[in-house]
Amino acid sequence: MSEIFSADNRLRFIALAIALAVLVSLPFWVSGIYYINVGSQILFFAVFALGLNILVGYAGLVSLGHAGLFGISAYATAYMLQHGFGHTSAIMMALVVGVASMALFAVLSLRSSGIGFIMITLALGQILWGLAYRWISVTDGDNGIPVRGRPAPFGYSLTDPVHFYYASLIVFIVAVAMVFIFVRSPFGAALMGTRDQPRRMNALGYHVWMIRFYACLFSGLLTAVSAILFVYYTNFISPQTLSLTASAEVLLMVISGGPGTLLGPIVGATLVVVIKTVVSGFIERWNFLLGAIFVAIVILMPEGIVPGSARLWRLVTRKRTAAPPAPAATTERTP
Amino acid sequence: MSALTISGLNKSFGGLHVTRSVDLDIQPGERRLILGPNGAGKTTLFNLITGELTPDTGTIKLFGQDITKVPSRDRPHLGMARTYQIITLFGKDTIIHNVRLALLGLSPMRWNPWTNLRRDDRFTETGHKALARVGLSHIADRPLSQTSYGERRRVEIAMALAQEPKILLLDEPFAGLSIDERRDVHKCLMAIPRDVTIVMIEHNMDVALEFAEHITLLHFGEVIVEGSRAEVVADPRTREVYLGH
Repeated sequence: MSEIFSADNRLRFIALAIALAVLVSLPFWVSGIYYINVGSQILFFAVFALGLNILVGYAGLVSLGHAGLFGISAYATAYMLQHGFGHTSAIMMALVVGVASMALFAVLSLRSSGIGFIMITLALGQILWGLAYRWISVTDGDNGIPVRGRPAPFGYSLTDPVHFYYASLIVFIVAVAMVFIFVRSPFGAALMGTRDQPRRMNALGYHVWMIRFYACLFSGLLTAVSAILFVYYTNFISPQTLSLTASAEVLLMVISGGPGTLLGPIVGATLVVVIKTVVSGFIERWNFLLGAIFVAIVILMPEGIVPGSARLWRLVTRKRTAAPPAPAATTERTP
Repeated sequence: MSALTISGLNKSFGGLHVTRSVDLDIQPGERRLILGPNGAGKTTLFNLITGELTPDTGTIKLFGQDITKVPSRDRPHLGMARTYQIITLFGKDTIIHNVRLALLGLSPMRWNPWTNLRRDDRFTETGHKALARVGLSHIADRPLSQTSYGERRRVEIAMALAQEPKILLLDEPFAGLSIDERRDVHKCLMAIPRDVTIVMIEHNMDVALEFAEHITLLHFGEVIVEGSRAEVVADPRTREVYLGH
């Protein structure tokens, strides 16, 4: 148990404490509602990216239809509210619809993995996007559905941007904790095993399909949660949210940050949201900038920003100390 | 009761008839060698036994239970473990984590999404014991990427042994090993107690022969000769298809 207090872990604890302090105190030192809203966006898009990362990073299944799932939960919330239901029932319905659609997605697309999985999720995502456009009696087509008001849990109205930021922060922290625990769990280890050697996992007695299916449900849950925050944030949902571009964008968050890492999707979400909202105010061709950054990431650190920076950091520190070759990095210590 | 009974097993890939009416009867505790030149259908036979392939006709019985229709993922739970000819391990992880995954595969814990696997001493301890059986417990925490080919072979065997199988299927455990490494693997295999039945595929005669008591010779998917080591080696048909060149 002494390893909890090792230098590495202490450093990690300090970093975590600093990150938490920065996030909690953000509304106090950031000037203006605008930047607080950017903070909220980063948080719920990070939850979305964390959800997709369960599939892309830990299960090795690349989904190009997640914006469809995101959209269906957002539409469910808006539709319920439009028809006079309360916030609690709208949120519950959105979670159920989101996870149930993910289950249907999974049953259809887990028939294959690799390119096949990508193509099936892409097709399903496009079907949902098409439905959002054409099923006008439910979605009002291109006009979308406006949402009035935000919930007020325990009398704490989320209409105030600072309050909404804190609500997003709590959801974000819970999501990060869930993924953190999940990744270290036996089920998480089994999931990563099916990513690396599905055939061997089957021969060891694992039900590969079922493991992937449950992972999909978890991913669907996080996606639905982020979609609910999104629809309350924008107070509006339209078919554009379900477009292929949106699916690609969240996938880019995961891939640029570092798939299969806890921090990667968070960093990726920050990068994309900041460029999309903040930098686009200064640079007209922000799309070009985003593209250039992705190209740079792919060239300099194809494994993503988080693992890539860690690698560069190790390289730099090792050179500076110029010590005899460090002993092989082991992730575990012998008892 | 036989440990493994195979009767009338057939498998074709299109026009290629790779397993032709194979019958096998292996007794508990037996060391059976399945011998044959390249392309004889040895690995296909293994894949049929473990359920990775479905036979066209025939039945497979494990300790009297008909498992022909049992999905391959359930067979380890019935006491069947295998190793692969082409090493199939989790290359990004440590040796001990590989063994831990083997242990977890048979445990209901594998569905648990909230405890910390690395802190679960039961898996680590049992894993170390399995690694000790192949002489690797001293490097258990080494990443697999930093191990030699021979060590990886032994990790494969440790993973199979960790599952405490009743029947162990070894697919060319000596393939690609140096003489020293072969000796190590041979020692591990000899130390396996008699309550484990072992079926081994090999086309390297020297190492395999001294290990096996009974030999089945496959050629073009058919059982050509079967019997004790001395009988099979002395049989002229063996010399013709196998030793003759």
